[in-house]
Amino acid sequence: MCTVTPISMTVGANRIVPTIAIPHPLGNPELSHEEEKALRRGLVEKALKALETEVTEQTIFE
Amino acid sequence: MKLELGYVNIHDIQFADQSKVEGGVLYVNKEDIKNLVLEDENIKSVELEIAKPGDSIRIMPVKDVIEPRCKVEGPGDIFPGVISKVDTVGSGKTNVLRGSAVVTTGKIVAFQEGIIDMSGEGAQYTPFSQTNNLVLVLEPREGMDQHEHEKAVRMAGLKTAKFLGELAKDVTPDETEVFETYGVKEGMEKMPNLPRVAYVQMLQSQGLMHDTYVYGVDAKRTLSTIMNPTEGMDGAIVSGNCVSACDKNTTYHHLNNPVVKDLFAQHGKTLNFVGMILTNENVYLADKQRSSDWTAKLCRWLDLDGAVVSQEGFGNPDTDLIMNCKKIEEQGVKTVIITDEYAGQDGKSQSLADADPKADAVVTGGNANMVIHLPKMDKVIGYPETANIIAGGHEGSLNEDGSIDAELQVITGATNELGFNKLSAR
Amino acid sequence: MSKIRVVHYINQFFANIGGEEKADIKPELHVGEVIGPGMAFKAQFKDEAEIVATIVCGDSYFGENTKEATATIMEMIKEQKPDLFIAGPAFNAGRYGFACGNICKAVHDELGIPVLTGMYKENPGTDYAKDVLMVSTKNSAAGMRDAVGKMAPLALKLAKGEEIGASAVEGYIPNGIRKNFFEEERGSKRAVDMLLKKLAGKEYVTEYPMPNFDRVAPNPAVKDMAHATIALVTSGGIVPKGNPDHIESSSASHYGKYDIEGVMDLTSDTYETAHGGYDPSYANADPDRVLPVDVLRDLEKEGRIGKLHRYFYTTVGNGTAVASAKAFAEEFSKELKADGVDAVILTST
Repeated sequence: MCTVTPISMTVGANRIVPTIAIPHPLGNPELSHEEEKALRRGLVEKALKALETEVTEQTIFE
Repeated sequence: MKLELGYVNIHDIQFADQSKVEGGVLYVNKEDIKNLVLEDENIKSVELEIAKPGDSIRIMPVKDVIEPRCKVEGPGDIFPGVISKVDTVGSGKTNVLRGSAVVTTGKIVAFQEGIIDMSGEGAQYTPFSQTNNLVLVLEPREGMDQHEHEKAVRMAGLKTAKFLGELAKDVTPDETEVFETYGVKEGMEKMPNLPRVAYVQMLQSQGLMHDTYVYGVDAKRTLSTIMNPTEGMDGAIVSGNCVSACDKNTTYHHLNNPVVKDLFAQHGKTLNFVGMILTNENVYLADKQRSSDWTAKLCRWLDLDGAVVSQEGFGNPDTDLIMNCKKIEEQGVKTVIITDEYAGQDGKSQSLADADPKADAVVTGGNANMVIHLPKMDKVIGYPETANIIAGGHEGSLNEDGSIDAELQVITGATNELGFNKLSAR
Repeated sequence: MSKIRVVHYINQFFANIGGEEKADIKPELHVGEVIGPGMAFKAQFKDEAEIVATIVCGDSYFGENTKEATATIMEMIKEQKPDLFIAGPAFNAGRYGFACGNICKAVHDELGIPVLTGMYKENPGTDYAKDVLMVSTKNSAAGMRDAVGKMAPLALKLAKGEEIGASAVEGYIPNGIRKNFFEEERGSKRAVDMLLKKLAGKEYVTEYPMPNFDRVAPNPAVKDMAHATIALVTSGGIVPKGNPDHIESSSASHYGKYDIEGVMDLTSDTYETAHGGYDPSYANADPDRVLPVDVLRDLEKEGRIGKLHRYFYTTVGNGTAVASAKAFAEEFSKELKADGVDAVILTST
């Protein structure tokens, strides 16, 4: 899970989930606590989905 | 736009009853500076120290270094939009106290500031071992938030530098130098056969201790834009960052941007220095894409043949660098990029976090992971124990005898990516 | 002090035996003889080093019988108990370059003594440049004086165990190990000069050729997430408050492993970031923004995942060498596997 997906591609990660921002990849300080947690949950669920998906090459899960 | 810089050479700095510049000596009345700095209620106290080339002095943690300058003729004033009105600068005449600098230090904001040694092994890596420095040791008001603390220290340095610069307003410079760039059509008519070259300067813009200001605007809130190179000589760009001090640009670096100087040296001879493009290095991927798209678009729009691109920092900004390089090259504009390296202490790792075959012309400021030994100094201005936590240090960096073992990245300006130094790596 | 003992390897041509028609001669050991380019080395070494033997071998013979030839030559070298081994220079002779690189590598690996060769940058023998120090020479023997001029002092440094400087300073072919040195011009001037050459279509040399990164085949998907153990790993520097293992804020030398048994949520009172490369205020205010323990606990409770692994692994990615990061992961991946972890979510900043 990373914000700068071009780096993940360059260094060879296989399952990549784009995140929010470098200092807060899984959060957004401008949101309320509840909204922020929902956002984070959405991203983590996406990561779980990515882990459940067969891939044959480097894949970004938008 | 045309600017004449008048260099007033400063070979010594002393405390005195009256602040003045006379006979190449910068005399500083401590009270003048204290009154000025303490106007800001966020600063609790300030101590003043002097550090000259060759002194057995270590300054740490260093936040910013600023060269005193003063507007003699022409519109606007030094550091526009920050401590002066926002008028466009970069034309007329400006006096420079060459050989002097203001250095800010004090209680650490985070673990992110650098070291300046005035002598010994470390001195050869920082340009500020060669300047006569007035050091401000600043203590913030208690309970201040880190962002406010950073701002208070930044402003104190800038105000002091402007104050000292103005002492040389009526001094006749030892040397003058004129810099001039032209409008697009005028430049093409004057230099029809010379390649059109611009300088793309990437500005660090990632939050606390990672920010840069252009005419007072936080660079992270900007789109890539065009600027006359002489504007920077009057302080249009101000540093708010120093994390991994080796490859962050102090305000001194922005005032004395070496790429600007070296492109001017060829201007009208082998190339036409069209101008400068400023772009940022933000923490959102969409921003990185947008900013590099705009940079490439501006390069095309200026009908450039070539561009020098300088980075600030490392890690994720390597992606901004590679995106800029690739997209500019795709516009048919040839690039040379300036970066530095994190190749590991043994030099065996990949130096950059991102790469592209189009980046085929690279200048490097050296490997910041190289381990150095900094001998004990007779005097430390600031807080030596921060050696254990600043970027490039480790627990145990500060030895019992006062010497320091750490990576080169602890030294302010050591692997500067504007190409300020001669240090490199192969 | 006794002189440094040197064994020198050359081909049939430089031994004045003959050209292509003599390229099939077998290895010959000439004890006490200094032959061909050896004379130039001898002149440069003065009293510091002495060529105690010269080995001559035909390029075709070596190329066609590499294994036997290497074994024979290694025996010859061992007998001489050298402190240093020099091969060539081979200039642009491909088979000679191959032989020089090959034997140098064998000597270095088996005898552990310093080795040095020299050749033109396009010689196929430069495939060995990562393992064997090789001086960059001109493409023909007309460059002998220049080649020996660089090789001899470098060879003495190697034999004395002195530190070797950057390739651009010492004149060797870049071997992938980055070394700092002071250039004659500052970086900005070098950049402008390089751009002028690039614009004029002239030859220029980049100071840093683009790196290559490893690729690994993707692992199969997790089949049964509801019973899977998921571990968290981060390069975002999240650590228990106070950074008990002193993970560096940049260029981390180690990683941390922390128990989160019973931890439902990371808070500003209990965790923080040690990372020096980004604005830490957001991560310090709520470390879940980097390491999402809170939502993984929810997902665990709801049965979406089997369980969250008891330990998380953390380091600081800021300015940390790829080689260090790789070494950390190689170590803790074994633990993760041994602990029965099925998948890892790695967060980075």
